[in-house]
Amino acid sequence: MLKQLILSITVSLIFSSISAQNALEIMEKVDKNMSSKNRIVESSMTIHTKRSSRTITSKSHSVGNQKAFTEYLSPAREQGTKMLKLEDKLWIYSPSTDRTMQISGHMLRQSVMGSDLSYEDMMDDRKLTDIYTAKFIKNETIDQRNTHLLELTAKVQGLAYYSRKIWIDTERFVPLKEELYAKSGQLLKRTSFSEVKKIQNRWFPTKMLYKDMLKQGEGTEFNIIDMKFDQNIPEYIFTKAALKQ
Amino acid sequence: MIKFLIKGILRDKNRSLLPIIVISIGVALTVFFSTWFSGVFSDMVNVNANLSTGHVKIMTKAYAENITQIPNDLALLEVDKLMAELKQDYPQMDWAARIQFGGLLDIPDKQGETRAQGPAAGQAIDFFSTESKEVKRMNIHNSLITGKLPTKSGDALISHDFFKRFNLRLGDEITLFSSTMNTSMTFYNFKIVGTLRFGMQALDRGAILIDLSDAQKALDMENAAGEILGFFNNNTYNKENAEKIKQAFNNKHKKINDEFASKMLLLSEQNGLGEYIILSENMSSIMIFLFILVMSIVLWNTGLLGGLRRYNEFGIRLAMGEEKRHIYKTLIYESVFIGFIGSIIGTMIGLAAGYYLQNHGINLGNLMQDGGLMMPTVFRAIVKPEAYYIGFIPGLFSMVLGNALSGIGIYKRKTAQLFKELEV
Repeated sequence: MLKQLILSITVSLIFSSISAQNALEIMEKVDKNMSSKNRIVESSMTIHTKRSSRTITSKSHSVGNQKAFTEYLSPAREQGTKMLKLEDKLWIYSPSTDRTMQISGHMLRQSVMGSDLSYEDMMDDRKLTDIYTAKFIKNETIDQRNTHLLELTAKVQGLAYYSRKIWIDTERFVPLKEELYAKSGQLLKRTSFSEVKKIQNRWFPTKMLYKDMLKQGEGTEFNIIDMKFDQNIPEYIFTKAALKQ
Repeated sequence: MIKFLIKGILRDKNRSLLPIIVISIGVALTVFFSTWFSGVFSDMVNVNANLSTGHVKIMTKAYAENITQIPNDLALLEVDKLMAELKQDYPQMDWAARIQFGGLLDIPDKQGETRAQGPAAGQAIDFFSTESKEVKRMNIHNSLITGKLPTKSGDALISHDFFKRFNLRLGDEITLFSSTMNTSMTFYNFKIVGTLRFGMQALDRGAILIDLSDAQKALDMENAAGEILGFFNNNTYNKENAEKIKQAFNNKHKKINDEFASKMLLLSEQNGLGEYIILSENMSSIMIFLFILVMSIVLWNTGLLGGLRRYNEFGIRLAMGEEKRHIYKTLIYESVFIGFIGSIIGTMIGLAAGYYLQNHGINLGNLMQDGGLMMPTVFRAIVKPEAYYIGFIPGLFSMVLGNALSGIGIYKRKTAQLFKELEV
């Protein structure tokens, strides 16, 4: 009896160790796909409100997770609005008032342009393996694709989402679905990823649907129009002076 | 007999002085507190009506359901048409469109970058129209600490506390960072032309007041408004009339499954004001009930003491052949006269105190600073016609009840033992 118990504990410990190792390997493969030295992305974001829907297009330059510069291209009201992120600071330039404003504190958790994304969501581009520990749960099928379901738990303080469930495509190693949870266990946001394309030898989902579970509405669609990795981005773009240009 | 009893009351001060003093004090307190509480509750309701709820308020159904979030994306559209309809259908009311909004107030440095910022709780009212009563209604002249009222587009009044905290000066430019009706980001520069303090933390924390037309431009709300408030022309809330107007309006605008249909709410259906109105309306009855309860017990005891003191008198009167019933009746008559005299004196004192507080009020602003409720800083009494007579009801009733209870002892006296008791 005792032998059986010891054997069972040993087997489960070995199994969970293998699972954790596998989960980490899976996440590293995902990070390899999704993260890059730098990138230039042209995208459109469609926001659905109770009365109407509107689409905003923008062009973003980013270097790792430390620097990002976004210029809104349309519609006319948003055209020329620019955002600069340097480490944990965010500035917004408004051409109509010719003002550069810093966004900080609780404002970072507010919605961007009424979308289902917060400024923090847009700013936080750290590698998941750096901030979460991963645990393999099971395999599942989503939209006829086989996925690994992983559960991620925060290993650093101050994250907007304490835990995540993430469904990873078993062949392409890109997320197909993600659920973001508060420490209390409440589901805060759900994202689905689709139209996975090969861009410069990486698989990347080019369509995302973000849904803030605490808000009514149909969610926010995010489409990547054009994406380039590892480009030569001039350093001056990531300065406050560039906001007014 | 009446003349005889009055003479007795006036000549025998031991019989009347203490009950008259007790009745006078009680009636004075009843009249005073009745006017005071009526005034306080009425002021609270008026402040909330003028600053926030109106006597009635019109919003879209969806806005009303999420009102705490100030959801301007669910605001009323085609406001000019709706206002014209309201003015025509309900001329007994004055109608005012308002926009509430939140966001950040950002103060620039010389380079136009953020020097400081704080949360904004904004309100847009009609400052510029000549027929607008909004400035008077919101008591803005008296709340103005420095500067002047907005006179042109881009002018703003801000909270004096915010102004001081960030070392601002009149004429400085600040930027409102908020969301438009379509949930886009919006940035709008305003010039500070004055500062104000309402004395209510709920309003003074980051308050910014701008003209309605500026808010419509800044928030992309052309011909739209979050709320339309209606006020009776005599500025007094009339529940029955308000209810009739609400029923008529809501029936006219009833659209099934349209969450953007206009909906009218009464003052009493907002901010928990219904309970205060009920309290205000019933304050006189509550005070009378409490007075009768407390004073009857006091006067019962006073009557018992008087009965003991007049034990010999009643004994002699019984021995002389006066009927118990007659003695009891004269006791009740006496109590009516004493109650009447005490009520007159008490009502005069209570009214004097009520009138004084109606004109001068008590400033409790310092005590209210940390409150989150929309409360007036100066509390005043209101002397209503009923204040002239409400004191007589408990004054007479409690005196008569007290004496009636204590006088029952007369019937327990046994005529056979009277001479023994009187030690004759």
